[in-house]
Amino acid sequence: MTTTTNKNYDVLSTSPVRKGVPEKATGQAKYTGDITLPNMLYGAILHSPLAHAKIRNIDISRAKNLPGVKAVLTAKEVSNLKFGHSPARFDETALAVEKVRHVGDEVAAVAAVDEQTAREALELIKVDYEELPILLNPVDALADNAILIHADHPCNICQEVHNEVGNVEKAFAEAFLIRTDTFANKKSDGACLEPQAALANFDLSGNLTLWTSTQVSHYVQRTVAIVLQMPVDKVRVIAPYVGGGFGVKASAGSHEIIAAMLSMNTHCPVRLVLDREEVFMHNRARHQFYHEMTMAVDKTGKIIGHKHLSVLDGGAYSSFGIATIYYNGSLLHAPYAIPNMRYDAYRVFTNKPASGALRGHGGLSNRACFEAQLDMIANEMKIDPVEMRIKNSVQAGDTTASGYYLSSFNMRECLKEARDSSEWVKKKNKLPKGKGIGVSTSYFVSGAGASIYRTDIPQSTVIIKVADDGNGVTVYTGSNEIGQGSDTVFAMMTAEILGLELDDVKVISGDTGLCPIDLGAYSSRQTLMTGNATKQAAEAVRDQILAKISQRYKIPVSEFQLRGGRVLGTEKNQEELSVIRNRYMFEHRHFTNLVTSGPLTFSEVARLIYADSGSILGKGTYRPPDIQYSKEWKGSVVGASPAYSTQTCIAEVTVDPNTGDLTIDHLTLAHDCGFAINRKSIEGQLEGSMCHGLSEALFEEMIFDNKGRQINPTLGDYKIPTTMDVPDMNAIIIESNEPNGPFGAKEVGEGCILPVVPAIINAIRDACGVVIMELPITSEKILKSLKAKEAAKAEYYIYKPPAAADKILARAAELSKGSSAR
Amino acid sequence: MKKYIKLNINSTEYELLVNDNETLAQLLRGPQLNLTGTKQGCELGDCGACTVLMDGKAVNSCLVLAMQANGHAITTIEGLASNGKMHPIQEAFINAGAVQCGYCTPGMILKAKSLLDVNPNPSRKEIREAFVGNLCRCTGYFKIINAVEIAAKGQANKEAGN
Repeated sequence: MTTTTNKNYDVLSTSPVRKGVPEKATGQAKYTGDITLPNMLYGAILHSPLAHAKIRNIDISRAKNLPGVKAVLTAKEVSNLKFGHSPARFDETALAVEKVRHVGDEVAAVAAVDEQTAREALELIKVDYEELPILLNPVDALADNAILIHADHPCNICQEVHNEVGNVEKAFAEAFLIRTDTFANKKSDGACLEPQAALANFDLSGNLTLWTSTQVSHYVQRTVAIVLQMPVDKVRVIAPYVGGGFGVKASAGSHEIIAAMLSMNTHCPVRLVLDREEVFMHNRARHQFYHEMTMAVDKTGKIIGHKHLSVLDGGAYSSFGIATIYYNGSLLHAPYAIPNMRYDAYRVFTNKPASGALRGHGGLSNRACFEAQLDMIANEMKIDPVEMRIKNSVQAGDTTASGYYLSSFNMRECLKEARDSSEWVKKKNKLPKGKGIGVSTSYFVSGAGASIYRTDIPQSTVIIKVADDGNGVTVYTGSNEIGQGSDTVFAMMTAEILGLELDDVKVISGDTGLCPIDLGAYSSRQTLMTGNATKQAAEAVRDQILAKISQRYKIPVSEFQLRGGRVLGTEKNQEELSVIRNRYMFEHRHFTNLVTSGPLTFSEVARLIYADSGSILGKGTYRPPDIQYSKEWKGSVVGASPAYSTQTCIAEVTVDPNTGDLTIDHLTLAHDCGFAINRKSIEGQLEGSMCHGLSEALFEEMIFDNKGRQINPTLGDYKIPTTMDVPDMNAIIIESNEPNGPFGAKEVGEGCILPVVPAIINAIRDACGVVIMELPITSEKILKSLKAKEAAKAEYYIYKPPAAADKILARAAELSKGSSAR
Repeated sequence: MKKYIKLNINSTEYELLVNDNETLAQLLRGPQLNLTGTKQGCELGDCGACTVLMDGKAVNSCLVLAMQANGHAITTIEGLASNGKMHPIQEAFINAGAVQCGYCTPGMILKAKSLLDVNPNPSRKEIREAFVGNLCRCTGYFKIINAVEIAAKGQANKEAGN
């Protein structure tokens, strides 16, 4: 079900078939690993089997001599220039220099005539390691005498944050009720169905073409150019069809640089496709978070203060982690009005694959903890959980304590629609034993206000070129279509403005050789940012067409309109119309199906302009407006966005009291996406998010042994949901009019994962009185809790994170003592 | 060790030289055939992206050795359209919004064909059970299940002469 703003559009707010989908359904769509070039070699990477070790020596002689092997590279042979995600923390090299920091660190690379030979050659490389102590959890890593994973980071602290707004101590002193809880999730993986892949071709003119499965063609281009010391424009990055990203493909990876290095070395194209185990070793998905939250409310249930102590297990490199640690604080500043907040956090290096960004970046685990706690307080105060949330909610026009201005924010409508459609009032406290219903809300950014490297360039630039014969247009954008449907969104906007059919609009995206720069698919930025640039470019095309016709007709521009493939208004002067039409018809006299009546067509007018002055080009740029954020809350620039989405999830569950077996019976998700551009795509994002959220709630956990080796690096052992795990779901589109968004649109796709986990946690509490504060929620944890609850004859039982989590948080508390938060 | 095998792929007879450790998925995707519509997501039979039909039955082509396929008939996603017209299951997936990143799609569509060939009118529960070995990270499966239902209905209408 949906609500709609009912605007008068021809193309927008419909559910067209997406661009590229027929190709995907017929097997014609080429993903990176499907592309073959003449003389292509196959690359393979040797990964460290050890979590922490010095490299004494690497002997590549036997591998080099294996017939069919064309290159064997180690750090000795290639550029050791550092790269990474945050420019302030470039701490990775393509191949390990002197030491390895996690199982899977890239040590050497091979190119050979076929994949099997490449893999065989890896076996012949002899690496002499000197093992170092392994740090697998933050408490060991934060110890005063711990060995350093990166020499320049004492106590293995990658980043620490101490923030305060308002006066937290005063708020706590005045509180009616204060409650402290701890929470932990597990390190997860993106589990995109398409493994990362790269195909590099370094040609004889010194140009590098890199096809890669990426979310960020521009950042990959720039990173590869930095490491290989090439001019940026000599590197062309092409993202062909991409089989999912979810965040893990939102930075340049070693494999992309290594493929380029192998191609440079062999003068042949080299294709490198990661296998599933390598995907897990590369990882870069959600961090493992530890949280201690203390919430203070007044006697009416209004939240007046909040303290958040957190530790992020970052793995071996910084990756996205600097952004993550700030998001982990700032993504709690809405959707509730909290005047006094304190946040202390540490991101810690450990000897595991680096964590990065995943759908709902920096906002899932903290949200789960917060919402579970809020529900417990509501329960204690006998306030209905939905009412508790409405009571505390912010709304459009409000500014959060971190200074974010909410230009549109339909949270209350999300809550009400989700409540009504799930029949909350009929079910809450009225369900049979073992059945429960739970609610959660959340919010998310619609594009990071600041780009990843410091720059004055716009975040998005778009060029639209009208076909020279006038039949349709092509949109050129460096943005990345990764399966979320962004190409279709830009085509729809363009078609709407130019009065064309969707089929008349082609989109070329993700190719740095053809497209103007766009920062890519991360932080849910493209619909708003690339969309604004697209809208501007299409309007520039429209204005040229209307100006030309107005000039010919000597009638004001306002008399004409582009719609239905026609320039409406041109019928007002039949004489002029005939001149233009006859000229077009004469030129096209060998073509059939020419239009002979009615107003001039888009093609006729576009051809007229081309004949006079050449190609019609429209240009669009987008840079965020002056986004508000609090100077008092350090780092609040991470989380500052031109617009904010908000969402509500309601989960219904059944718990078997004898086994702890959990069934998710139904999920409802209402999401404020601003104006809905492609309704079916939005539903798809909501449904995908419900499934993904359920997955992180119930299944996902990368498990490591005491040597830092992942013991479940397969899609059989690392569980994600199947058709049997996913319940029926109701995706509800809530619209608002976002002033900073194109046509009023903002994000969908990331924010909507955030309320799913806590809605499930809260539904389980409702069903059986146990609160699972450590993900994943397993039947075993539920059963243990049920037994403990019965033994204590208590109304509730809280399943807390293990004692190790308390130690980690205690160490963080000790370290943060006396830290200035202003 | 290499050996010649005979395969019928998408109704065309082939004689192909294959390695003894080469999987059917590798053979299909490899330089001899270039049928890259068959995807590989795990190479362990966990994800179902490489699903093809062998004598009409859905198999994970990464778990079948090319030599085991000797003498059998294989249908890949490239073989589903006929006379320039997509198969109704493909149409259903496209129109139902069941395709996002598309990497699982060829396997899903072939799995759907194998199901509907033996059970032309499956319940939602039966569809769920049939697709348990085909993973999708994007869609939450909801519109995939819808697409299979729509395809089944379309097939039923066609048979009823509607």
